[in-house]
Amino acid sequence: MAELRKISCREISKTLRDLFIDVNYNLGDDVLDALKHAADTEESELGRYALGRIIENVDIADRESLPLCQDTGLAVVFVEVGQDVHIVDGDLYDAIQSGVREAYREGFLRKSVCDPLSRENTSDNTPAVIHADIVRGDTIRIIAMPKGGGSENMSSSVVLLPADGIEGIQRHVVDMVKKAGPNPCPPVIVGVGIGGSIELSALLAKKALLRPVGEENSQDSRLSTMESEILKEVNALGVGPQGYGGATTALAVHIEMMPCHIASLPVSVNIQCHVARHGEAII
Amino acid sequence: MEEIRKIQTPLTDEICRSLSVGDALSLSGTILTGRDVAHRRLFDAAVRGESLPVDLSGMVIFYAAPTPARPGRVIGSIGPTTSMRMDRYTPKLIELGLKGMIGKGSRSSAVRESIKEHNAVYFAAIGGVAALMSQCVKGAEVVAFPELGPEAMMRLEVVDFPLVVINDSKGGDLYEAAVSRRTGAPQSATR
Repeated sequence: MAELRKISCREISKTLRDLFIDVNYNLGDDVLDALKHAADTEESELGRYALGRIIENVDIADRESLPLCQDTGLAVVFVEVGQDVHIVDGDLYDAIQSGVREAYREGFLRKSVCDPLSRENTSDNTPAVIHADIVRGDTIRIIAMPKGGGSENMSSSVVLLPADGIEGIQRHVVDMVKKAGPNPCPPVIVGVGIGGSIELSALLAKKALLRPVGEENSQDSRLSTMESEILKEVNALGVGPQGYGGATTALAVHIEMMPCHIASLPVSVNIQCHVARHGEAII
Repeated sequence: MEEIRKIQTPLTDEICRSLSVGDALSLSGTILTGRDVAHRRLFDAAVRGESLPVDLSGMVIFYAAPTPARPGRVIGSIGPTTSMRMDRYTPKLIELGLKGMIGKGSRSSAVRESIKEHNAVYFAAIGGVAALMSQCVKGAEVVAFPELGPEAMMRLEVVDFPLVVINDSKGGDLYEAAVSRRTGAPQSATR
């Protein structure tokens, strides 16, 4: 039997705390590069104006120690726990919640979580949404993803007919981005999950957003073709940066897929605003 | 980009009439913040005929809830939330004298009609540039509903707040114009 490696809950909390603070203050280079490229190529004057301010904001956030966006998100956490890890000194889920609580308190991040009916704020941005997987190995991989409400509100899960096929999926995704219009803070990144069950398609759509911006699906060439075709159609809508008009409605389209039931074609679209924040650490 | 025009609050009829869809502006002066729950409370009070905790005449409401300020700072990061969630309350507040709104995203046809009828204006602030916008805020004070935490209503003193006119008092809509320009559809919005 493989030796179990001990990892303490304190270390897990501390890692999450640091990740959530870091990603709320610093934008990833992949996103920044995509925004700079868009600013160079955007044809609309108001669109270029918006992209210019968006890029400027990244510098100011860094210089002035301010979160990039006031919506510092619902805390979404992906954990991959190696099966040769022994978690000690507490409970994994409590450790994650405690790390999120510390990040939002000590990092001056906004608490944006409430009771769905009374709308009363939980005051510490918990509970985080946790997706845990057991994997091979003796490490824990943790991904922190603060997700803003404006772009999440423009996301959806549907079950299409198998007969709708590739064309139907593409039409549906383009239609979702068109309907979202200026609301999710374009330029957006469009995450698409195809197949699985209804809830797995939603998870695939969210996981698709974790890929570096613009990196195509390397597993299946049908998907990479769909990604580039949908991106082209979306950017022909005219919505543009912030909906002010232009050719940059989306920076990228990322698709993930799993087999599904013979009767079904689940499709989820998860829209991510241009402040696409996520970071990971391996313990 | 042409020279960016500067405007000052309170918004007068004359200022509102002079604004057109797609104008990029710098706004300075006093504005209020308020979002979902604050709007519902103002609306309910108005429907019941009670007096409001804030004076809305000539006022601008910014749909925003900032991050907590670090010690010694005026405010944390601040930026617009999606305006459509305030749509059902907005015409009533415009009737009570509200002249301007700052948010992001499309408004309902009822709000657009109300803007036209009462010579008001809807501005967008760029979403996701909250560190930049925070630099324009020189004063901040909670004026109503402190128990709402980040969603409390605040009075802000702002200098050169960067805004774009989305809906003007002539019935125009920048978002619709942007999409119809691309698709070649009739520009009903800019009639």
